[in-house]
Amino acid sequence: MTKHPKTHALVHQEKARTTQSQRNVLLFSGMASLLILVGFVQSWNVAFSILNMCLISAIMALGVNIQWGYAGLFNVGIMGFAALGGLAGVVVSMPPVDAAWEAGGLGVVTGLVAGIITLVVGMVVWRFGERWGRWRYAATGCILTIGYVFARTLIEPSIEAIEAVDPARTGYLGGFGLPIIVSWIVGGVFAAAAAWVVGKISLGLRADYLAIATLGISEIIIYVLKFEDWLSRGVKNVTGLPRPVPYEVDLQANSWFVALADDLNLSLVDASSLVVKVSYAALFTLVLLTILWLSETALRSPWGRMMRAIRDNETAANAMGKNVTKQHLVVFVLGSAVIGIAGAMLVTLDGQFTPTSYQPLRFTFLIWVMVIAGGSGNNWGAVLGGFLIWFFWVEAEPIGLWLMDVLTSGLPPSHWLRIHLIESAAHTRLMTMGTILLLVLRFSPRGLIPEARRSAF
Amino acid sequence: MESAMNALILIGNYIVVPGLAYGSQLALGALGVTMIYAVLRFSNFGHGEIMSFGTMLVILTTFAMQSAGLAIGPLPTALLALPVGIFGAIGLCLLLDRYVYKFYRQQRASPVIYLIVSIGTMFIVGGLVRFIIGPRDRNFGDGERFILKAGEFKANTGFSEGLAIKTAQGITVLTTFFVVGLVFWFLNYTRTGKSMRAFADNEDLALLSGVNPDRVVKITWIITAVLATIAGTLYGLDKSYKPLVYLHLLLPIFAAAIVGGVGNPLGAIAGGYVIAFSELAITFAYKKVFAYVFGDGILGDGLLQLLSTDYKFAVSFMILVIVLLVKPTGIFSGKTL
Repeated sequence: MTKHPKTHALVHQEKARTTQSQRNVLLFSGMASLLILVGFVQSWNVAFSILNMCLISAIMALGVNIQWGYAGLFNVGIMGFAALGGLAGVVVSMPPVDAAWEAGGLGVVTGLVAGIITLVVGMVVWRFGERWGRWRYAATGCILTIGYVFARTLIEPSIEAIEAVDPARTGYLGGFGLPIIVSWIVGGVFAAAAAWVVGKISLGLRADYLAIATLGISEIIIYVLKFEDWLSRGVKNVTGLPRPVPYEVDLQANSWFVALADDLNLSLVDASSLVVKVSYAALFTLVLLTILWLSETALRSPWGRMMRAIRDNETAANAMGKNVTKQHLVVFVLGSAVIGIAGAMLVTLDGQFTPTSYQPLRFTFLIWVMVIAGGSGNNWGAVLGGFLIWFFWVEAEPIGLWLMDVLTSGLPPSHWLRIHLIESAAHTRLMTMGTILLLVLRFSPRGLIPEARRSAF
Repeated sequence: MESAMNALILIGNYIVVPGLAYGSQLALGALGVTMIYAVLRFSNFGHGEIMSFGTMLVILTTFAMQSAGLAIGPLPTALLALPVGIFGAIGLCLLLDRYVYKFYRQQRASPVIYLIVSIGTMFIVGGLVRFIIGPRDRNFGDGERFILKAGEFKANTGFSEGLAIKTAQGITVLTTFFVVGLVFWFLNYTRTGKSMRAFADNEDLALLSGVNPDRVVKITWIITAVLATIAGTLYGLDKSYKPLVYLHLLLPIFAAAIVGGVGNPLGAIAGGYVIAFSELAITFAYKKVFAYVFGDGILGDGLLQLLSTDYKFAVSFMILVIVLLVKPTGIFSGKTL
């Protein structure tokens, strides 16, 4: 008796699915035990600070996975979008600096408005000038240059006035004094707006153009944040951002908390910082689960099916009447918004905004390794990648240092080679990440948790 | 009349001379990127690190030569060390091709996969460079520093503005002319060059005509490595060597390649100069120039600078955006190699 081929295939698929989901449970519990191990070996405080960063990394990886896994879009500017999210943290939560607003608030706002009007007029002229031939370029160019110079002259004295207001402590406009949680949404909006502009310009062209354009915009965003002191204090950093969770000192002042710490057999300092970290972890987990649920739902919806169709065969999807460029733009903006949210959360956790800390290796390429290693196209994979790669990123430096120390233990401590190797151990991170990326891509291109095959048999 | 001459000298000193040198360096870099694109069909994000790697070898050899007392008179010792860097970079590129890129070529992987792979190689090579030489700034220029000193120029001509030309700038422009001429001669007049062009133009047709693809790919990598090392060394001599700067050079180099039309060598060279001159012209403070032309009185306090030098990277990006919006195929569209 022969089995019906369809049923056979179904059974087979069902089997594959169960083994895969068993493997997933195994992978995630392995990750959890790694963190618990750190808790026992190092300390629970360390374990929870790693966990918090893991959660943020996982959200960033989810954002990239939306772009890469759903649509095959290659974003090399994750750093810039994360930094915009961080800027939102400053703009939303810091108290406004009234003196600065008085000194130059109006000037900066009019200057910015003039700049925006220039851009709009330029675009309108460009759009209407299709039949003007060479004059089209000349007219648009003239309008943009004149408008830019005009806006600059408007804005410059105000910027100087703002930066002169108590430069050691403020020297910037400050923020709106709202709760910092609001900035998580605002950060998403900032990043989405930047992504819309970049996507509008570079999507629909060759794939490499998007990569190069995102690389460029992220560098520029960082430069703006470093040099525009009136906006974010530049390299002078903004510290002391308000927190969404209680402060350690306030906890320590509470009598019930002292009793609790005593019950837990922890010192008051350890207990309070642990409580703060656990509260952060709870907040971040909530955000992660929400975004994960939303993206899983989107992936299963007809829209998700269309996105996969576009990714796998653009020509066919186009022939079916799907607007490929428009859908790419939507996905690119959504993914960048998620990255922006994660960027704002990171600044919230750090309690400070430091533009110099944004390095492409840490904020762009590390996230890519997370997505590729975790499993592109699979949200759970991205989350696992975010956890695992961050864990090893943090622990790689002590391991690398230890390795170099062991390798060179035969040499006298003052030997030049030994000193050089130990000093350069930090750079092994770059090589390790590159090697992981290439090895995964070569030997296990679908990652740890591969994309579920949703074929109809 | 004299004030007009002074204004011109000012522009010459701060825009034309550095622009020619910087443009040549970008042109050589973009030529490498464009060759890889034309033959292997991907944008090589690792190019900046290949430049960095070759330059690092040149620097280490230069240091060794300097301590051995080797020198070539007024010229920088680095020129003597250049072959070592070139051979090292060629070795690196061929190794990367053999163990990394070949697999994806056989798979006929999509360009995006190549892009990610090239980022992986960028990490590894970048890490290697930092591991060997460290992330610090290195100055390895020696010999005569100037061909023409500003002071001498002032004394000889009697103008109040000086014109200075650094040895490194002179060497850069001369070397670029020589190397670019050689590359074009190779592409247009040798059998191998012609087969490369055929391969870039239509891979299948070239294969049918008996072009050996492995050989074409190998030669492309060799040329790229040579160009990258020369470009990197010249840039390092002109400014200074720092690994991070070479990573940042990637953006202007890509912009140059795209402005000229990716895959087109002539376009890459033109693009290099376009980017370099725009960068310098837009970030230059024109106050002194206008003061010479119109007199001191009527100008305000401003520097008359369109964009602060902090944002020089933004210039390449702006040009990139304009090209993508107006003519995504670049200036010299439609022709590759």
